Amino acid sequence: MTKTSHEVVVTGIGLVTACGVGGEVHRDLLMGNAGWPEAHDSDNFAPYTVFPLPEIDWSEQIPRRGDQRQMENWQRLGVFAAGLALDDAGFKDDAEACATMDMIVAAGGGERDIAVDTLIIEESRKRNDREHLLNEKLTTELRPTLFLAQLSNLLAGNISIVHKVTGSSRTLMGEQGAGVSAVETAYARIAAGQSSHCLVGGAFLAERLDLLMIMDSVHALARGPLKPFWNEDGEATGMNLGSAGAFVVLESRAHAEARGARIYARLDGVQGDRGQREEGHLEQRLDRLGAETGASEAGADTLVFCGASGIRELSARERAFFTDRFPEAALRTYGAVVGHGLEAQFLTGLTLACLALDDARPVRPMAPGVDAETSAPADSAIVTTIGHIRGEGLARLSRVPQSQKA
Amino acid sequence: MSNAAYRDHLGRPLVAVTGMGVVTSLGQGIADNWTRLTAGESGIHPIVRFPSEELSTRICGTVDFIDVPAPNAVERSFAFARETTVEALAQADISGEFGGPLFLAAPPIEPEWSARFDLGDRVRSDQMNGNAYEQFLAVLRETPDPAYHEAILFGSISERLADQFGTRGLPVTLSTACASGATAIQLGVEAIRQGRTDRALSVATDGSVSAEALIRFSLLSALSTNNDPPEKASRPFTKDRDGFVIAEGAATLVLESLEAAMARGARIHGIISGCGEKADHFHRTRSSPDGGPAIATIHAALHDAGLTADDIGYINAHGTSTPENDKMEYLSLSTVFGDRMADVPVSSNKSMIGHTLTAAGAVEAVFSLMTITTGVIPPTINYDNPDPAIPLDVVPNVKRAAQVTSVLSNSFGFGGQNACLVMTAEPA
Repeated sequence: MTKTSHEVVVTGIGLVTACGVGGEVHRDLLMGNAGWPEAHDSDNFAPYTVFPLPEIDWSEQIPRRGDQRQMENWQRLGVFAAGLALDDAGFKDDAEACATMDMIVAAGGGERDIAVDTLIIEESRKRNDREHLLNEKLTTELRPTLFLAQLSNLLAGNISIVHKVTGSSRTLMGEQGAGVSAVETAYARIAAGQSSHCLVGGAFLAERLDLLMIMDSVHALARGPLKPFWNEDGEATGMNLGSAGAFVVLESRAHAEARGARIYARLDGVQGDRGQREEGHLEQRLDRLGAETGASEAGADTLVFCGASGIRELSARERAFFTDRFPEAALRTYGAVVGHGLEAQFLTGLTLACLALDDARPVRPMAPGVDAETSAPADSAIVTTIGHIRGEGLARLSRVPQSQKA
Repeated sequence: MSNAAYRDHLGRPLVAVTGMGVVTSLGQGIADNWTRLTAGESGIHPIVRFPSEELSTRICGTVDFIDVPAPNAVERSFAFARETTVEALAQADISGEFGGPLFLAAPPIEPEWSARFDLGDRVRSDQMNGNAYEQFLAVLRETPDPAYHEAILFGSISERLADQFGTRGLPVTLSTACASGATAIQLGVEAIRQGRTDRALSVATDGSVSAEALIRFSLLSALSTNNDPPEKASRPFTKDRDGFVIAEGAATLVLESLEAAMARGARIHGIISGCGEKADHFHRTRSSPDGGPAIATIHAALHDAGLTADDIGYINAHGTSTPENDKMEYLSLSTVFGDRMADVPVSSNKSMIGHTLTAAGAVEAVFSLMTITTGVIPPTINYDNPDPAIPLDVVPNVKRAAQVTSVLSNSFGFGGQNACLVMTAEPA
């Protein structure tokens, strides 16, 4: 039969945010005493605030200089975070496991050559034959390899080259929804027995003027010095983009246990949807997603890793939905500490939830005054992401009791 | 029919194709395309979308006969996909809400240069500080531009298809480079096999040919420069092949579990019986010289279908007309098919329609199914100088009548993403 359901577990995490590199760094920030650093930068891209890349030694996960040179930072970040996840899952040096491992990457596009684009725009002000100008400049000025750094599917391509993950390679696109679809697709395949282990993730680079331009073309971005994520009226205060590379290794529980893998958490369900948002349609869909993923059983031991984008009213609705439906579950507004990472946003929340469910300590609030203090560790988590324009997704994860861990 | 008749060798639901639609440079709709494809006509023509006289490649297979409200990749890709989906749903006799998931292969989106020039023109002299993007940001900070925003989002094509055709859930927009079309079909097949749905819509579209797109491929030496005459440029498996011809197109396939399709009395065009994939870690633009990943992909598709190479009656090749692909594809096929290689016809649709990139895998799946249902194999045209190192029966220049019940269709992508499909006739 086709509906045999295999349990899906998370066995590896690779996370890079402005706050640091790797799962353990983030575990300390989530549950330790130090609290989250002020990792934002409000100067270099003023009036915008971004959460920039932390200091990274690319060589730790991309040993060959030649490979590093073939990529720009967006792809480097994804390949690096993927390597962390493979390392963490104990697959890094397992050539056979990587050769049969499936891969799903949520991707946007890579960096453009801003100097070339600027040259063309400047010249276009002096000439009337713009299309000829374009041919002339693109032919002579573009670096041939930059195309490969721009192509969406080449993030996955580079993961295959650097980490030898070659069971399959799929790249999903479409802003925040891409991250939701990536997890949803991998979950469905493993649950149905079509896949046994799958690398899933995404990367986003905030320090890019071309992306700031896309987001501010609808005035989505906050301006001026960083404000608290939520204002006193319960609305968000605008989007601040955050660099993030977030990958997980998903496995069938049987596959994970057979190799004695460490299990972070069980992924109980994940689903996405889209449609018009007016007149309560968004909330109706979230209700359905909650029911179908098991998220609606949330109680006091549940944490909601809320991926609110920061869009004023939309995020207010997201927050209101969860505080209304799950009044006992505390919110963790992770965008407040790492910014918003579009394609990587849902995966960032998922990795943070896994760390929380693998630890015996309570998770500290991220948006002070709004995220409630909790005194006990979480036993289940809901991860949410609502796209700034379209697409929404919800995942539910639960703790795997210590006695059941391999 | 017993229940077992609806299931494959592994007990999974058989997945039928009940509707198809296609657009290529040869025309709109299956009837036109099939007539011209089997007549050996080429859709390759001089570039008219933008000036090209100073470029080394001046030919393409763009689709210029479908109206779009604005000349950009999102509008074109959506319009092609809409047209092929309308055709496919009509053929499947499905009206109203589709009610199953949408899997869309679409090109990565970037702003058009015309949009950048337009933004550049809106920069006042007091805003001309810093690089182009700082200037654009100064303009957009004053006045937002939601139409511009929508035209550069990767999710905007599937959004409109989902609204127009009433698909269910969050649509998947994907890119596996030249294998994308096949991957969209594979995702649909997987969803039905998972029991998540009885039907899925697999769509692949590419309307992204622009000066920059062409120049980028040109800089990688991937494109043919056999400009004159255009229809002779795409020459798969010949000795003087020198690159692919960039092209556009779209295809839609309505996939249904065979059981659901039979229950509603739908016409079955064929079965997607096997999907295989395997990534390559050799190089960003080149395949492993030993053909290992391509061979593994073909084996995976055959294995998934429960067939062997002996069962395949025709191969719809990737056949891009690049020196490297065609050589590697022959190596892979001959490794898998062994002594039988010379007896299996292998043709390349790209000799006539060029490389429709994101759409190719689905466009070629539609044509593969047409071969099964009509008993005609389209030719490989421009085969006037065979490469002696590639001794294949390429169905040279003229179509061939043949009863074919199983087809293998190959798609091998830049970035090492490979996907193969096995399609078979409706079970007797």
